[in-house]
Amino acid sequence: MGTYFPALAGGLLIGLSAALLLLLNGRIAGISGLVAGLGRPGRRRWTDAAFLLGLVLGPPLFALLAGHWPQMRIAAGLPVLALAGLLVGFGTRLGSGCTSGHGVCGLARLSPRSIVAVLVFLATGMLTVAAVRGLA
Amino acid sequence: MSAALRILTALASGLIFGLGLALSGMLDPARVRGFLDVAGAWDPSLVFVLGGAVTVSGLGYLLSRRRARPVLASQFDWPSKRRIDAPLVAGAALFGIGWGLSGFCPGPAVAALSTGARPVLVFVAAMLAGMALHDLGRRVVARRNAPHGRAPA
Repeated sequence: MGTYFPALAGGLLIGLSAALLLLLNGRIAGISGLVAGLGRPGRRRWTDAAFLLGLVLGPPLFALLAGHWPQMRIAAGLPVLALAGLLVGFGTRLGSGCTSGHGVCGLARLSPRSIVAVLVFLATGMLTVAAVRGLA
Repeated sequence: MSAALRILTALASGLIFGLGLALSGMLDPARVRGFLDVAGAWDPSLVFVLGGAVTVSGLGYLLSRRRARPVLASQFDWPSKRRIDAPLVAGAALFGIGWGLSGFCPGPAVAALSTGARPVLVFVAAMLAGMALHDLGRRVVARRNAPHGRAPA
């Protein structure tokens, strides 16, 4: 129970955010796409920047309400994080989305592309964690 | 007027998204990697994050199908691609490897910038570089495939 209730409540909030952005602004809440779009001029630039600003302010708001910062335990060293960041950035552009765009929004639309993407990144994520543990 | 409302909506949505990530445990790479560690001490709690998120997002999608246009904008920005192709699969595969190595995906990494922690700054900087590298590569490939200048008469 301990971690399941906050996990579910947090998930409901994430879904609410995606639903609001879609119904009011007509925009898909895919974080990698919103970040990549910041570099290109366009009519969506300022609203996308506002969403990302809100996203950055979310954890401080949590800290204000909860009285403590969310837990963040990072095991990987800086070189591994740099390699991982490159793979995440390149991969989400090539694959047109990440956990939010394909996961939260794409699965909700039952998009075949998103279902395939989610199955693939879950599989390679699980294999990577298993491989890293095997080496350690 | 509606441009200002769109910006406010986007800000509020982002704030709710970031709050949800912080509450759910997704900002903790150790938890995320525990979720991916199906062969070890599997932590299933993040199934509840995705389940809750997809359920509410799905309700929003069903409501959107009953509307000709969103409340504050002229049209819905639906993704245009339909085909399941090699870039989709290769990109998702590379993303999953980076996700497994670090425990970070783009949303939590951007939200965690507010902590100012150096590992997060390094990850996000590398992620931006990876995105730029992809876009640069695509431009180079597009130029190579374009017809060269004027064709001989």
